[in-house]
Amino acid sequence: MTDTALFTYCMRLADDSAILSQRLGEWCGHASHLEEDIALTNIALDLIGHARELYTYAGQIEGKGRDEDALCFHRVEREFNNLLLVEQPNDDFAYAIMRQFLFSAFMHPFWEAMMNSKDEQLAGLAAKAEKEAAYHLRHSAEWVIRLGDGTEESHNRISDALEFLWMYTGEMFECDEVVSSLVAKEVAVDPMSIKHLWDETVNTVLARANLERPTESWMQTGGRKGEHSEHLGHILSPMQYLQRSFPQAQW
Amino acid sequence: MYTQALNNPAVEAGVEDEEKLAAFQARIDREEKIEPNDWMPAAYRKTLVRQISQHAHSEVVGMLPEGNWVTRAPSLKRKAILLAKIQDEGGHGLYLYSAAETLGVSREELVDQLLTGKAKYSSIFNYPTLNWADVGAVGWLVDGAAIMNQIPLCRCSFGPYSRAMIRICKEESFHQRQGYDLLVAMMKGTAEQQEMVQDAVNRLWWPALMMFGPSDKDSKHSAASMKWKIKRFTNDELRQKFVDATVPQAKVLGISLPDIDLKLNEETGHWEHGEPDWDEFYNTIQGNGICNKQRMKDRIKAHEDGAWVREAAQAYAAKQAAKKSAA
Ligand SMILES: [Fe+2]
Ligand SMILES: [Fe+2]
Ligand SMILES: [Fe+2]
Repeated sequence: MTDTALFTYCMRLADDSAILSQRLGEWCGHASHLEEDIALTNIALDLIGHARELYTYAGQIEGKGRDEDALCFHRVEREFNNLLLVEQPNDDFAYAIMRQFLFSAFMHPFWEAMMNSKDEQLAGLAAKAEKEAAYHLRHSAEWVIRLGDGTEESHNRISDALEFLWMYTGEMFECDEVVSSLVAKEVAVDPMSIKHLWDETVNTVLARANLERPTESWMQTGGRKGEHSEHLGHILSPMQYLQRSFPQAQW
Repeated sequence: MYTQALNNPAVEAGVEDEEKLAAFQARIDREEKIEPNDWMPAAYRKTLVRQISQHAHSEVVGMLPEGNWVTRAPSLKRKAILLAKIQDEGGHGLYLYSAAETLGVSREELVDQLLTGKAKYSSIFNYPTLNWADVGAVGWLVDGAAIMNQIPLCRCSFGPYSRAMIRICKEESFHQRQGYDLLVAMMKGTAEQQEMVQDAVNRLWWPALMMFGPSDKDSKHSAASMKWKIKRFTNDELRQKFVDATVPQAKVLGISLPDIDLKLNEETGHWEHGEPDWDEFYNTIQGNGICNKQRMKDRIKAHEDGAWVREAAQAYAAKQAAKKSAA
């Protein structure tokens, strides 16, 4: 029996990880200093790990023989269900760090809560992912503070990034039919149940960074339904090019 | 985060004290490790700084040709392997800069030498990676050649360099196996994949042989380095070891190597090979390789784009230190 909701739920999480890791991979060899190059790659690697497990699990739920690569490399923009936040470009290091911080401030309590899922696979992944997300959060939060409380230039850049990315944070807390049906079965995490934790982290870190929390304003939406910003197609094009050009090939 | 070098010895110029020199050579001959605070001839220090920093720069510039394929890796598994490898190379750069810093030169100075073109890095990284098989061929041939060079360096007389090399060599041999594994997978695949492998090897074979440096008759630095046990084999000896190890692997892989002179000498057991194009080698070293300008442009851009980030980190650290001392 195919559990459509669970399949969709896993695919969303997998797409978040895959797309963000692709963005982080763009830094490889180009960061401000070697230590940071290594740190960003670390985060990218953790996220690829999550994506692989989640796609593989989704493929098993679906039962049509699609493996992690079929799911990641052979779907088009409209079939990707990642958050708009994670596809936003690396305009500069401040954007990359703020994107990571806003996301990880959500994902850390998310995986923590997921450890209690009735779904054994998700609970198992959560036990590992929670520790990794804790590191992603610590690393990005430290940078938000350093940049916010560093020089005038760094303050301006990180504050621009915050202003721009804020409108993509509402999507993390959306709860549609897919999520609510799985929350009812105690499989999924109710995003609103961790909202206070996210708020607390964000408020604390922004205060230490001398940054003002943007006023509540219009929140963008659409990622979970496959309605993306223009960036996604440009992420998928290089990512999928070899699989698409040589569909018979194994790598 | 950017530590200044701790010991900044006055540069010993000109003639060395004969007694000290003899005692130093005796330690080397006894295979004792020389440590950063030990007395050493200025030329020994200079040679090591040059060699270790060149090695560090090579690790860092070497991240670029492979980084060229990160966003296009054809499977999640291969993407993870590639990212982890490039991350290792960055780590090698870090250990090596640290080893060089023990000799009294700061990482900033060394990076500056790279970005201003005063310091060299391995010529191999001035070649482009043009298809996915290049990622495998780099692992197999480039990391493979690096290992041949570096295994003897694990016994280098200078302690910090020797210890860095022991750690690095373990990872390089892992990279070499993963690169080979990538190629094996492609050779089992479609005709197009096999062509990519052959194409990659055709382009990278000679540049890999050039990684050992000019042939012994033209090599400037060998004699002193051998005496000081910084180097233990000549360029040609190492090149021969590499060819001997690699030719059988190419056969197993099912590809040809682009050298019509390659043949097994039954008596010596060695594979005789043709001469690399040394004009191409010197031309590349002088900055005219296909990617020299691109590589430097990329490194300079990353450094300049990152300046505000490093400044912010320093400013923040200074503020924190001031708060602490005020408290
Ligand atoms: Fe390396
Ligand atoms: Fe190396
Ligand atoms: Fe390597």
